[in-house]
Amino acid sequence: MMDNPIEQLNKVFDSRIRIGIMSALIVNESLNFNDLKALIDVTDGNLATHLKTLEENNFLKVQKGFIGRKTNTTYTITKAGEKAFRAHLDALEKIIKKLG
Amino acid sequence: MPQDTKDTSLETLQEIRSIMERSARFLSLSGWSGIWAGCVALVGAVIAHYWLLQFHIQRSYHLDEARIKFIFLGIVVFIAALMGGFFFTAQKVRKQGYKLWNSASRQLLLQILVPLVTGGIFVLGFISNANDMYIAPACLVFYGLALINGSKYTLTDIRYLGYMEVALGCINLFFAKYGLYFWTIGFGILHILYGAIMWNKYDRHTAKQ
Repeated sequence: MMDNPIEQLNKVFDSRIRIGIMSALIVNESLNFNDLKALIDVTDGNLATHLKTLEENNFLKVQKGFIGRKTNTTYTITKAGEKAFRAHLDALEKIIKKLG
Repeated sequence: MPQDTKDTSLETLQEIRSIMERSARFLSLSGWSGIWAGCVALVGAVIAHYWLLQFHIQRSYHLDEARIKFIFLGIVVFIAALMGGFFFTAQKVRKQGYKLWNSASRQLLLQILVPLVTGGIFVLGFISNANDMYIAPACLVFYGLALINGSKYTLTDIRYLGYMEVALGCINLFFAKYGLYFWTIGFGILHILYGAIMWNKYDRHTAKQ
């Protein structure tokens, strides 16, 4: 059934943390690890795991840089990531409207 | 479709919205920060006014000494306004359980600092050229531009305060003698007014809880 919005939900975004990461990156050019951590309220290890998953799905790009001697890893959303996330949002909206 | 699917969807959408807003804009500016800054400015203006009257009565005063006194007063007022403003906003952030230093507040600070530092250099230039009558208009105009520039990264209401400061500063250019009055309206009264409006719009609700 094509018009069942539940089937249009993206399994990758089936986590509060991944949703948080994508929401923050869709409105910011790029964010670093600490920015994301402050926004989403999550442990380092947990955040790193979810970022890895999103990267493997080609939803975000990772740039490794340095500020002084400290590593500064920044994350940017990809075109594919933006498209997938917007589709997911549309599906969520449809679910709500259908039951509204 | 089960009801709980709808509930989780709604919850998810709300969380997405909150993160989008919080990550792009620093929304925790406290109304009290504005009220405090305005009160400090008013106290400073009253002291300056009193000094001016005194100088007029005495007639024979050292111009250089008086200027140093006024510049010192200006710096004290600026620092007191800034520190108090920072305090109230930091307190609000703590209450909301957010972080003060994040990508949005960093952007806000950067956008405000560029016009503000430029304005500071202009004012220093006026002081060193003994061109005192343009100090108040320059303070108002550059401060207003800083607010307009920063409003992209915080409450948009700040932009209108910025427009008013710029307009006030521009008018002041043509009535340069009355710098202190324009300064009092721009930094004192407008801040208190705006702080009160902001408090009523955003803080009152959270203060009750």
